[in-house]
Amino acid sequence: MNASNMITFQNITKTYNKHSTALENVSFKINPKEFVSIVGRSGSGKSTIVKLITAEEKPTNGRIIFDSYEVNKLRFSQLPKYRRLIGTIFQDFRLLNGKTVFENIAFALEVEGRPQKEINEFVPQILNLVGLDNKMQSFPYELSGGEKQRVAIARAMINQPEVIVADEPTGNLDPFNTWEIIKLLMKLNEMGSIIILATHNKEIINTLGHRVITLNNGKIIRDEEHGRFILTN
Amino acid sequence: MFVAFSRIIKYGFQNFLRNGWLSTATIAVIFLTLFVLQGLIIFNVVAKTAIASVQNKIDISVYFKSNAAEDAILKLQKSLEGLSEVKKAEYISREKALTEFQARRKNDPIVIAAIQELGENPLLASLNIKAYNPKEYAAISAYLNNESLSSIIEKVSYAQNQVVIERLINIVDAAKRGGIVLTFIIAIIAILVTFNTIRLAIYSNKDAIGIMRLVGASNNFIRGPYIIEGILYGILAGVLSFAIFAPLVAYIAPYVASFIPEINLQNYFAANFLRLLSYQLIFGIALSSISSFVAVHRYLKV
Repeated sequence: MNASNMITFQNITKTYNKHSTALENVSFKINPKEFVSIVGRSGSGKSTIVKLITAEEKPTNGRIIFDSYEVNKLRFSQLPKYRRLIGTIFQDFRLLNGKTVFENIAFALEVEGRPQKEINEFVPQILNLVGLDNKMQSFPYELSGGEKQRVAIARAMINQPEVIVADEPTGNLDPFNTWEIIKLLMKLNEMGSIIILATHNKEIINTLGHRVITLNNGKIIRDEEHGRFILTN
Repeated sequence: MFVAFSRIIKYGFQNFLRNGWLSTATIAVIFLTLFVLQGLIIFNVVAKTAIASVQNKIDISVYFKSNAAEDAILKLQKSLEGLSEVKKAEYISREKALTEFQARRKNDPIVIAAIQELGENPLLASLNIKAYNPKEYAAISAYLNNESLSSIIEKVSYAQNQVVIERLINIVDAAKRGGIVLTFIIAIIAILVTFNTIRLAIYSNKDAIGIMRLVGASNNFIRGPYIIEGILYGILAGVLSFAIFAPLVAYIAPYVASFIPEINLQNYFAANFLRLLSYQLIFGIALSSISSFVAVHRYLKV
């Protein structure tokens, strides 16, 4: 890991239209191997930060630097390659419903053109790691919420991304599954990936004891090394 | 490159098979489209033959005075055949006219007896003229009404048939125009229905396309399987439509023939088998794969 795979937000402003400013002059740096939580009320701008990192949205102003990319300047044709550096996990899982668990995870390798031999070797390993090796041939609709999210995590980590972005990954899960997912994220962090976790789950934040960036109305109101879940100034 | 291509083909087949119902419904609609288009092709063939058959029945005859010299008539025939508008000018001599008349009326002993009683041939020599385009009969008739010919020409049949000919011309024109407009409208409807069906089928994959983008799939890798699926739709619908159309043509051919004796649909179908089949396939494949391409394109903007 070198310094270039830091994530840097420089004076980022994002407005969707004249009347709503999602982010206002937001700056922060995320270092390699960091585990950062982003907290805030609904509408505070958490999801916008996630979308800016995955380049689903472009900032209205400011620069985003990640790896060798100036993300705000990426052209449409460069997006696929850029996104392969990032693993994404969402509240609604976003699995491909027409594909089996194995194929969902294999897809992330296939888009890179990796050979079938590697895929046949890696996918079962990852599924073993998330405890789903017995569900390889199941379709997403045959899985519970917790299982779906573990498939999503397996897909996010299969190509060893430098950063994993998780947007409310536990929003649809019961407490038991919530902790299973958080433990997996912590494991991934130990293996060397940056984890960016957007959540409003107070218990998780207070237990993790990692860096917390708190947003309110599109502005950073707190950025603490060992943060707690406090939404007010 | 080859790996990606083989994966695209694999996923195309896989999606096709796994979405069995959707595939079946889509094929059914494309099948109907192709069936209608096939029907239009046959309709146009029948209509063309019917129109040609009506046109063929239109002609004008020039009757010559009984004292007109055969040389002069043959000279006129030559000059008529030299006209670019004239398709055929057939000379019917007085003798030939009589034999034909007698053959036509051979079951009518009174008429035959009357002619024998007459002792001489009462019929006139004539030129039977067919034009390429019925609209030109007026011009040909004007050519024949020339002063210099009045010495040998008894009468031109155009004058008495003018109304009928003009009416036929109008009907033929209307049928041609109507056929084109009808073909055009039905073809457009069929194409739009197919396009919309495929668009809806792909709309249900909107989220999946977005997810694939986020996982880092390139546009071609996402689009490819849908186009393969579209090609499969086209092939199956084309074969199906052809397989059902062939026996249907055999079934209706005798009915069509009873209206328009000049056409043998079954022979036409057999003679143009490969051409018609490849129209179906090419059109089916092009329509469904282009529809897929356009439909997927909308959802790739993530």
